Amino acid sequence: MMNETMNKIIKARKKRRNRYVGITIILAIITIVLCCTMMILGNTIYPVADVIDVLLGETIPGASFAINEIRLPRTVAGLFAGFAFGAGGYIFQTMLRNPLANPNVIGITTGSSAAAVFCIIVLHTSSTVVSLAAVVGGLVTVAIIYGLSKGTSFSIGRLILIGIGIQAMLNAFISYLMLIGKTNDLPNALRWLSGSLNGAELEMTYPLIIAVVIVTPVLIYFAKQLEMLELGEQAATSLGVNTNKTRVILMISAVLIIALATATTGPIAFIAFLAGPIAQRVVGVGFSNILPAGLIGVILVLGGDLIGQFAFETRYPVGVITGIIGAPYLIYLLIRINRKGDI
Amino acid sequence: MTTHTFETKHIQSGYDNKTILNDVNLSIPSNQISIIIGANGCGKSTLLKTMARLIKPTGGDVLLDGKSIHKMAPKQLAKVLGLLPQSPIVPEGITVADLVGRGRFPHQSVMKGWTKKDYEAVAEALEMMNITEFADRHIDELSGGQRQRVWIAMALAQQTDILFLDEPTTFLDITYQVEILDLLTDLNRKYGTTIVMVLHDINLSARYADYIFAVQKGQLVAEGKPSDIITSTLVKDIFGLDCAVINDPISATPLVVPKGRYHVKS
Repeated sequence: MMNETMNKIIKARKKRRNRYVGITIILAIITIVLCCTMMILGNTIYPVADVIDVLLGETIPGASFAINEIRLPRTVAGLFAGFAFGAGGYIFQTMLRNPLANPNVIGITTGSSAAAVFCIIVLHTSSTVVSLAAVVGGLVTVAIIYGLSKGTSFSIGRLILIGIGIQAMLNAFISYLMLIGKTNDLPNALRWLSGSLNGAELEMTYPLIIAVVIVTPVLIYFAKQLEMLELGEQAATSLGVNTNKTRVILMISAVLIIALATATTGPIAFIAFLAGPIAQRVVGVGFSNILPAGLIGVILVLGGDLIGQFAFETRYPVGVITGIIGAPYLIYLLIRINRKGDI
Repeated sequence: MTTHTFETKHIQSGYDNKTILNDVNLSIPSNQISIIIGANGCGKSTLLKTMARLIKPTGGDVLLDGKSIHKMAPKQLAKVLGLLPQSPIVPEGITVADLVGRGRFPHQSVMKGWTKKDYEAVAEALEMMNITEFADRHIDELSGGQRQRVWIAMALAQQTDILFLDEPTTFLDITYQVEILDLLTDLNRKYGTTIVMVLHDINLSARYADYIFAVQKGQLVAEGKPSDIITSTLVKDIFGLDCAVINDPISATPLVVPKGRYHVKS
């Protein structure tokens, strides 16, 4: 009887593990295919052999410039920003146990944007300082939302509503800055307002790449603690999780990569919001879905960018495309949550 | 059977700036079932939460084998001391076996996968709670009583010597209340697990407890075997209820029969 039960559990776990690994591999393959497509497609379509030659350092007139200066930075920016938005959004949604509790909806990305735009328009600082300000802006926004929602007892519903309110205020602040800004600062500031891979430069992506490379192992290390947090504060504590430490580390890590991704590509609409739930849907629950969520973030960004570039007569930035996909989902979720009476 | 000493020393505890417990000293009898009783808002749940390290006391200390639980590594403590909260949260779409498996967290290291011991513990917990047949089902499909068995199974998989439960029978029909308490007694008899719980029903408490702690206005007012301490005076004191205490015909434990304005027989 005991053995039978054990076999049943082992079998179910194996099945899910295989599904998790299988789907993660498929997502990784789709990501690679999209990266290749990004490198091949453009005003001129270059054969794969040419792309590889250029990347290996050979100079092919025309192709070298298009690939090294335009397509490679664009792909790299999309790859890392997509992963950061996807994984970071998933962390927030899981930690706060609500799909609405993510950087897009509660104004963390807006906090980063506001800080960056303020630095560009009012303080005229260097781009390094702007990126740094974006990170600090994101963290301060989280701290404010968290502090205000704490009250007598912490409530996630209140956190989301306060987050939406803060976001509205930050947007008003950004609009004001844009009005008083000098004309020559505006293009630089505009980059912070809507997500786009246009004009990406390789050097600009370095801080993001470093952050993602450092933060991802941290996130994976804390994945199990995150699973326990899902059971609620009390259950997690009694299972031996230091809940405050875990939450602070996960929140800072997630905000760090999200803010730097915002610094690189601007706030690409709804990626942080969509990636987690899609990952849960395709992979299932039971294992922590940080990696699949990150990969789905990449797929959404690169896929959205390809659609924006080539599907229509006019070229649209990726944020417009993901906005079109994300907005209906947000409405659907609000209706569903409203029915359940969760907020 | 492992024995432990578990004591509170002059604990003062509460929420935010409000002190609820005042100078509570108690010692939990090892390998027995202790039940904390008291009226709503008397601090019995706060006491349980303070003992289970969910609330840090503002004064005094909680000692496990003579050591402060707040100075122990959380994971090490979680191997000895488990708690089933009153309303844990079910992650959406999780299966029974997965949820029970989360009880293994304190025994697992970060990078390693599941060991044979983990599978054994989960299988044993499922069987003990009679939920093996639901192993692959989603929690959302289960009834209240079945769900509660799943949560207890999770606490069992944690394999702690001491288990705290915060009102494990609330919202359950009487049949399931008895079933849950029987299962917890099985656990105590089979492994010698020290069980400490908060229970609303004084008669079930009298039946299932080896030892009772009575709390009133944040203070421990009585403790001892149910047959020694449950009297109409105590019930009047802590619940403000006039009653007669008779002998339970089934379990020979004290049975509280309430009086009311319409039913008063001297």
